[in-house]
Amino acid sequence: MSRRHLGIFTAAVLAAASLTACGGGSGDDSAGSSKTLTYWASNQGASLEADKTILQPELDKFEKQTGIKVNVEVVPWSDLLNRLLAAAASGKGPDVVNIGNTWSASLQATGALVEFDDATLQAVGGKDRIVPAALAAAGAPGKPPAAVPLYSMAYSLYYNKKSFADAGITAPPTTWEQLAEYGKKLSTGGKWGLAIEGANPSENAHHAFTFSQQYGGEWFDSAGKPTFDTPQNVSAIKRYVDFMAADKITNPSNAEYAQNQSVSDFANGKAAMLLWQSAGSNLKTQNMPADAYGVAPVPFLASPPAGGKKINSMVAGINMAVFKHTKNRDGALSFVKFMTSDEEQTILNRTYGSLPAVKTAASDPAFSAPEQKTIQETLVTTAAPLPQVPEESTFETLVGTAMKELFADAASGKPVTEASVKAKLTDAQQKMR
Amino acid sequence: MATSTTAPDAGRREPRAGSPARKAARRPRGPRRSLLPYLLLAPAVVLELAIHVIPMVVGVWMSLLELTQFHIRDWSTAPFVGLENYRATLDLNSAAGKELLHSFWVTLVYSLLSVGFAWLLGMAAAVVLQRPFRGRAILRALFLTPYALPVYTAVITWSFLLQRDTGLVNHVLVDQLGLMNERPFWLIGDNSFWSLLVVSVWRNWPFAFLCLMAGLQNVPGEMYEAAAIDGAGFWRRLRSVTLPMLRPVNLVLLLVLFLWTFNDFNTPYVLFGGSAPEQADLISIHIYRSSFKTWDFGSGSAMSVALLLFLLVVSAAYLLITNRRRDDHA
Repeated sequence: MSRRHLGIFTAAVLAAASLTACGGGSGDDSAGSSKTLTYWASNQGASLEADKTILQPELDKFEKQTGIKVNVEVVPWSDLLNRLLAAAASGKGPDVVNIGNTWSASLQATGALVEFDDATLQAVGGKDRIVPAALAAAGAPGKPPAAVPLYSMAYSLYYNKKSFADAGITAPPTTWEQLAEYGKKLSTGGKWGLAIEGANPSENAHHAFTFSQQYGGEWFDSAGKPTFDTPQNVSAIKRYVDFMAADKITNPSNAEYAQNQSVSDFANGKAAMLLWQSAGSNLKTQNMPADAYGVAPVPFLASPPAGGKKINSMVAGINMAVFKHTKNRDGALSFVKFMTSDEEQTILNRTYGSLPAVKTAASDPAFSAPEQKTIQETLVTTAAPLPQVPEESTFETLVGTAMKELFADAASGKPVTEASVKAKLTDAQQKMR
Repeated sequence: MATSTTAPDAGRREPRAGSPARKAARRPRGPRRSLLPYLLLAPAVVLELAIHVIPMVVGVWMSLLELTQFHIRDWSTAPFVGLENYRATLDLNSAAGKELLHSFWVTLVYSLLSVGFAWLLGMAAAVVLQRPFRGRAILRALFLTPYALPVYTAVITWSFLLQRDTGLVNHVLVDQLGLMNERPFWLIGDNSFWSLLVVSVWRNWPFAFLCLMAGLQNVPGEMYEAAAIDGAGFWRRLRSVTLPMLRPVNLVLLLVLFLWTFNDFNTPYVLFGGSAPEQADLISIHIYRSSFKTWDFGSGSAMSVALLLFLLVVSAAYLLITNRRRDDHA
């Protein structure tokens, strides 16, 4: 190779190199010493800043009690999983983190999280205090949980009382068929029946789970292998997308919603119904008073097929996990104990409109508002955890994205058929390994 | 610094080669002179290794492993699968392979169109602003704005503009001008490709403009005068004076623009939020989704390496061809 050719070759390598070298940058927060902890909180309130304001007084309280200073960073949902993954991969990062409870088994598989065996659970207050359904969503079955439940939530149907009254509807729908029928009555004059967060893969995947349960489907078999394109799952996804594609009770614009625009549409009356988890505090910040909307359980199928389950929500919630790489394990555990104490559970869940993950705090009158009652009832009777398998987060991404594409088809007038749904799900399944 | 001041001396004394004075002067200078360039290069080499070469090598290594969430914490536990990741991702009969190929074609068409339009706009603006006139400085500054804006801010603004119900684009097209009856989608479906292209051209053309404007400064005015005297019109001068004189600038500009556009991650990521519609599924987003979103870093790396090889071949071929032509001309 002549010198000039070598030069050309080098130039080409360098010019092209930027591609493989594009790595994800992660914060270089150092794991805590004995007197400080780093805590990544998830975004539960109206904004990152609001969360900081809510959490800071509690963290100050913890510092007063133990002398340990907690540095909190509120991480937006769009970044949280990537950031956790980077922390798990590098062994650097925060000591204590909030995780979406559906990711528990996925993150558990990395082996980066402290296991909450009975002794460890005892150290943070004891296993018996924790709501069993919430604990079941904190790791793979048969293994010590990888996290401790912090906030509990479930999906409910939020409906605009005035729109319902104007359309002459007296009670919220209890079946999907009713929901579609009411939705048609409500979709007039530039307003729509149901708002859907169509471009948000996680939201889509949560509904995929619920609908699939009602049709008697599963996303993973007992061996943990994906079963995405079964007839039950195809029917389930089609039913959900059909609110836009066939019933036309959802504004086609919702196919591009991924920043909680559906909540805004509901709050300012553009849509009369919304399926959401603990929307109350969010609606309040958007100036929708609590008496303007009703909260009802998520509907069921009028005549469920054989094998259909009476499930209308996932066990939603936020768990708290401790990274094994922490230099202050005892401090981190005492922080978990503090955050799951009765007092903090009451304060924080009341603010966020979620439910305590410990039984002992649930009796507080703050949790007897209609919204919380509905959530409570759902969690106790008709909620099930998403499959606690390591591939869960991949399922959310792949199936959620497939549904996003189906909504895009529906919005641009392409037909959504059993065949097109099945094709998308088969594609998604092939990408699992 | 001693070397740099004495070096010209050596040149000046060149005619007296072989004289004893020269030999005496050279001897002590020799070793220092050979060490200093390396010392000066060292920081760049170290950084180059740390920023480009080592991550690339690691990327190649990752592409040979089954690196999933089970092994991400301790790579030594990840099974070595050899070329299995390449076989799986480049298998054009599988869903993943088909999508990768689709994404590749989308990216190629997107890059060629984007570079083409950006170059055309940049060239036109540079030629128009070549002669001094009132307000030229203001226009120059104005044209550079898209390039000066932070990419995230600019693209988020575009994503607001392009929203179907609340976006300004549909407001103007549908409500004010009444050009369409239906509000079209710009961020999903077929239009998403064109939206992405427009944003990309909007972001890139000022760079082309900047480079070409700088290049035009070096074209001597006499050449245009001579051409004008010979009776050459505007187009003839453009073709016979401007373009040949800009050739060295264009060679680099087109390559750099192509590579940037081909690898562009920020624009689609911010515009579509992580998962782009199929019609605008650029390869960078596709790879991101395949590794970060599905926690399969082995396959993601395999795609990256395959793409690196492709860009390497394209770049090398481009440079070889353009260099050979230069030699022919010389």
